[in-house]
Amino acid sequence: MTRVVIAEDGLLLREGLTGVLARFGFEVVAAVGDAEALIAAVAEHAPDLVLTDIRMPPGFRDEGLRAAVTLRRARPRLPVVVLSQYVQDEYAAALLDSGSGAGVGYLLKDRVVDVQDFVAALRTVASGGTVVDPEVVRRLLRRPKDPLAALSSREREVLALVAEGHSNSAIAARLFVTEAAVGKHVGNILAKLDLPPAEDTNRRVLAVLAFLRA
Amino acid sequence: MPIDQAPLRALLSRRYLVSAGPWRAFAYILTALPIAAPIGAVTALLALPWVTALARLPDGILPDGGMLVFMFVSLVLFAGFGPLVAIPLATVERARIGLIDPRPLPSPHPPAPTRPLAWIRARYAETATWRALLYAAFLGLVVPATYGAFGLLVLIDVAFLTSPFVAGTATADMTVGSFTVRSPGQAIPFTLLGMLLIPVLGYLSGLIATGQAATARALLGDRAGAALREVAQSRARLVDAFDLERRRIERDLHDGAQHRLTSLTLQLGLARLDVPEDSPAAGPLAQAHDQAKELMVVLRDLIYGIRPQALTDLGLPAALRELAGRSPLPVAVSVADGVIRPSEQVEGTAYFAASEALANVVKHAGAGRADILLARAGEALVLEIRDDGRGGADPAGGTGLTGLADRVAAVGGRLLLASPEGGPTLVRVELPCRA
Repeated sequence: MTRVVIAEDGLLLREGLTGVLARFGFEVVAAVGDAEALIAAVAEHAPDLVLTDIRMPPGFRDEGLRAAVTLRRARPRLPVVVLSQYVQDEYAAALLDSGSGAGVGYLLKDRVVDVQDFVAALRTVASGGTVVDPEVVRRLLRRPKDPLAALSSREREVLALVAEGHSNSAIAARLFVTEAAVGKHVGNILAKLDLPPAEDTNRRVLAVLAFLRA
Repeated sequence: MPIDQAPLRALLSRRYLVSAGPWRAFAYILTALPIAAPIGAVTALLALPWVTALARLPDGILPDGGMLVFMFVSLVLFAGFGPLVAIPLATVERARIGLIDPRPLPSPHPPAPTRPLAWIRARYAETATWRALLYAAFLGLVVPATYGAFGLLVLIDVAFLTSPFVAGTATADMTVGSFTVRSPGQAIPFTLLGMLLIPVLGYLSGLIATGQAATARALLGDRAGAALREVAQSRARLVDAFDLERRRIERDLHDGAQHRLTSLTLQLGLARLDVPEDSPAAGPLAQAHDQAKELMVVLRDLIYGIRPQALTDLGLPAALRELAGRSPLPVAVSVADGVIRPSEQVEGTAYFAASEALANVVKHAGAGRADILLARAGEALVLEIRDDGRGGADPAGGTGLTGLADRVAAVGGRLLLASPEGGPTLVRVELPCRA
C-alpha cells in the first residue's frame, strides 16, 4: 500500500483529499497544515508519496514548494506532487529540477476534483513518473520564439503527452499510432533536444524539463 | 497663537502685542541680519555700476565703454554665480520662515542628480532657481534698507526712553531737532513719546517680518505645485483605499468561497464514483459535478481579475508571464536586468496597465502577437506593450485607454501611445520607482 503524507492548510480540502486517497487504496499516514509539520511528518513516517499545497502558512507564498524541494534534496527519489493555485512555470521547473528529476508532479488544484485523473497522476508519480499539469503544457506550447521550434508538430504533441506523465503505450493509444511510432518520435525528440542516450527514464524527464524551460 | 494662523492674521489680531507675535517677528528680523548683511554687501557691490549709470542718466550722461564693461561683468557674476549662493540661501530662508509662520514651505526644486555638474545643469534650467536668485536680490537690496530704517527708529526710541538719565548725567546738552533738553524734567515728554513708540515699533517689526516672509513664500515656495500635490495625494489615497478593499475581497473569496467550492466539487466527484452509471441519479449527479467544476473556473477567474495571486506572491515579472500565458494571443514577456520590485501601488498599477493594454490588443488590434517589455530607466519603471495589429488606437474611442491613463496618473506616472494607422501599436507606461 502506498503510504502518503498530505500537507494542505484548508481543513475541508485536507479532509476531502484524505477521503479520496483512502478510497483508492492509499494509506494516509499524516495530514498536516503547514510546511514545517510536513517536513516533520516525512521524517517520522518515511512515506512513499508526498502531496502538498504550494501556498501554506505562515507566509502563504511558496512554503509548500520550498519544503518539497528541501525534502527531495535529502531523498532525491521521494515522489512529490505539489498542488498549485495557478500556472507558474518557474514552480514547475524548480520542482522538476529537484532531486533525481523523476517522481514529481505539478498539478493545478482544480485537477483534484476530477477524482480518477487525479488518482492516476498520483500513481504515476508514486511509481517514479513525472506529471505536469495539462494546463501548463498547453500554455507552454503556445509560447512564441519557442526554442523547441525544431520539433515537428507531431513531436511537440508527443512531448506534451510525455510531460503529462503518459507512457509510450498510453500516448500511442491517444494518438492512434503504434507504440513503435511513439518510440521513434521520442527518439527524434531526444536527438533534436541534444539529449544523448543514457538511462531512458531520466532522458524523458530532461526532455520535459527542456520543454518547460523553453 | 493657534498653530495654523498665518502671520498676517496674527498681526491683525487684537491681542497681537501681548502674544508671542512681536517676539517672533523680532527673532525673525534679528536672525535675518547675519544673512542679509553679507548678501547685501555683495549685491550692493554688483549693483554699483548699474546704480551709478542709472543715476547719471537724468543728466543725459550715457554709460561709457568702461562703465559698460563693469555693468556687463557684474551682471555675468550675478547671473553666473548667484544661483550657487541663492539655492542654499533659499533653503535657509525656507527653514527660517518657521519662526513666524507655522505653515511649512516645501522646496519647489524637484530631485536632481547628485553628480556636481549634472546637478548644476538641472538647477540652472529651473525657474525655481531664478526665483531664488530674485529673492537673494531682494534680501541684498530691499532688506538692508528697510532694516536700516527700522534700526534707526529703534535707536531713536532708545534715545527717547533713556533721555532723562542721559540728561541727568551728561555734561553736554541733548538736542532733538529744534528742541534742546537740559534737565531730566525737560526730557519727560520725550520719554513719554518713546513709550508710545514701543507698540508702534512692535507692529512695525511685525509688518516688516510679515512682508519679508510673504516675499519668501511667494518666491521660494512651490507656486502651483502645492495645490496640485495635494490633489495628487488625495487621488493616490483613493486608489490605495480601493486597492486595499480589492485585496480584502480577494482574500475573503479565496479563503472562504473557493475552498468550500473545491471541497464540494470533490465530494460530488467522489459521489459519482459510488453511483452506478445506469442508475437514475448518475445523470443529474454528473451534471452537478460538471457545473460545480465550471463554477470553480468562473470563481477562479473572478478572483484572478480582482488581484492576481501571482502578483502578490511572486512579483511583477512572474505575474506578467502568467498574464501572457492566459492571453489567447502568443505574448512574449521580456524583463530587463536591474528591474527592482516597486511599491505595491506601482506594482498593481503596472500590472493593471499591462492587463488592460493586452485586453485592448485582443479586442481591437487584430494582432497576431504581442510583446511585453519591463525595464527600468533611472527612477522610472517602464512597461511597454506592443502588438503587430492594425494600429489607429484612439484614446477618445472608448478603448479603455483613458481610464488606463487616469489610473497611471494617479500614482504619478504617465502613459504614452504610438498607434499609426496600419500599426504597430505601442503603449508605454512610465511609473515612478525609487530604489
